[in-house]
Amino acid sequence: MKAGSNLEKILESGQFAVTAELGPPKGADAEVVKKKGNLLGDYADAINITDNQTAIVRMSSIACGVILTQLNLEPVIQMVCRDRNRLAIQSDILGASALGIKNVLCLSGDHQKFGNHPQAKNVYDIDTVHLIQALKRMRDEKKLLEGDELTIEPRLYIGAVENPYADPYEFRAIRLAKKIRAGCDFIQTQGVFDVKTFEDWMRTVTDQGLDRKVHILAGIIPIKSAGMVRYMRDYVSGVSVPDEIVTRMENAKDPRQEGISICLEIIEQLKEIPGLHGIHIMAVAWESVVRVIVDEAGLTPRPVV
Amino acid sequence: MIITKQKSFEDITRFLASSPGVFIVGCSLCATTCKTGGEEEVKEMEKKLQDKGKLVSGWVILDPACHILNNKKYFRENKEKLDQADSILVLACGNGIQAVSESIDKTVYPGCDTLFLGEIIRFGNYEERCQLCGECILDRSGGICPVTRCSKSLLNGPCGGVEDGKCEINPEIECGWQLIIDRLEKQGRLHLLEEIIPPKDWSKSRDGGLRKLALGRKEK
Repeated sequence: MKAGSNLEKILESGQFAVTAELGPPKGADAEVVKKKGNLLGDYADAINITDNQTAIVRMSSIACGVILTQLNLEPVIQMVCRDRNRLAIQSDILGASALGIKNVLCLSGDHQKFGNHPQAKNVYDIDTVHLIQALKRMRDEKKLLEGDELTIEPRLYIGAVENPYADPYEFRAIRLAKKIRAGCDFIQTQGVFDVKTFEDWMRTVTDQGLDRKVHILAGIIPIKSAGMVRYMRDYVSGVSVPDEIVTRMENAKDPRQEGISICLEIIEQLKEIPGLHGIHIMAVAWESVVRVIVDEAGLTPRPVV
Repeated sequence: MIITKQKSFEDITRFLASSPGVFIVGCSLCATTCKTGGEEEVKEMEKKLQDKGKLVSGWVILDPACHILNNKKYFRENKEKLDQADSILVLACGNGIQAVSESIDKTVYPGCDTLFLGEIIRFGNYEERCQLCGECILDRSGGICPVTRCSKSLLNGPCGGVEDGKCEINPEIECGWQLIIDRLEKQGRLHLLEEIIPPKDWSKSRDGGLRKLALGRKEK
């Protein structure tokens, strides 16, 4: 075992994993983190904590992660390259590991233009591929990026993201292979609405044998309303929503129920895709729906490993 | 070329509020091409300042403004005109402005904002191309700089925010990585991108402190 995390045990034992996302509060409010954590706890093998998502300042992902570990829940802390240089990244990772965090997800981070501090200077000292390399080197070689030895290595299960829908399509598998070569253990994808395109992408991935080198979890975004799905289609970068789903939401008498049905149908289709090892549910500000989706998709109870 | 943009006249008159006499400096190179500090613009500034009641004691287009020895010589030879001025307004890049301020002991005001190092797409249209990072990696990226063209300066891009070849931050900005991939594909060199480009040594950039280069004199 690389980190001995619950997520690692489930994926390495070949079981279908479920992870869910928790958005930290815009305030020093530990109670809301605990409340959301408890809503997700029994229905996810690990809980992702976003790192200043969409460049909006929120409670730090590591701090939220520690709050979850105090409840015996397992966090996946997200870490973006936008806000920290290589010194801060490695130091924060050592601290996170010392505080009991075992899963880290590496991302570039949304550009600060989208957030509440658009005048900020971004860092991008290293990119996601370098971040993965740094974590792997710390864990496996007990060394910092520039070679200094560590006293005790951080035991981490290393994740990264991929967007099967982003351009340039032909290049996406090459970039995934690069992330795998850098050392990532699992991949969480952008939200899947267009299953056909996702399936095609997965075929490229399996043709290259990449699914045997990394565990891929497909992103699921539960939709609450027609307005939300239109917004995602039109304004959220890197998300592709087929018009058919928009129409279904527009015509629905009970949009929330329709949103849940759409999710469940997508999950059913995803389960059949060879090489896919789990799902990652991103229920932004709708954490309570995760229980319903995981239950109705027949994915409860979550395995105890 | 160093791309500049003139500051608003409002800003300039605010700087010059307590300077009844002004000397104007332009630059023969980039600021002339950019039409921010060539002869035409300097004369126009002279007129506008005179209309505001300023005494313009003289003006010059330094050739170029970033040459300290030449600047010093000019200021020495034209001491009289400069003595009549309370301050100097420089219509040039930040480098030119500072070279002037190092060449004469007088208050110097910036007449331009220095935007970027860029290329001329066509007259009046400029685009940033180089960040002066100190260690060129264009050999690995098809002659297109990811440090400059990618909004996140990713060396192993693109990120997941590319849509129709455009950057997530603005649909008018092309994704630098899409350009790199397209070019390498066209050249049959896409395999270059399978290699991980290592982290950049930013100590060669401005992060390493003030950069200097001294070549010394060539032996005769």
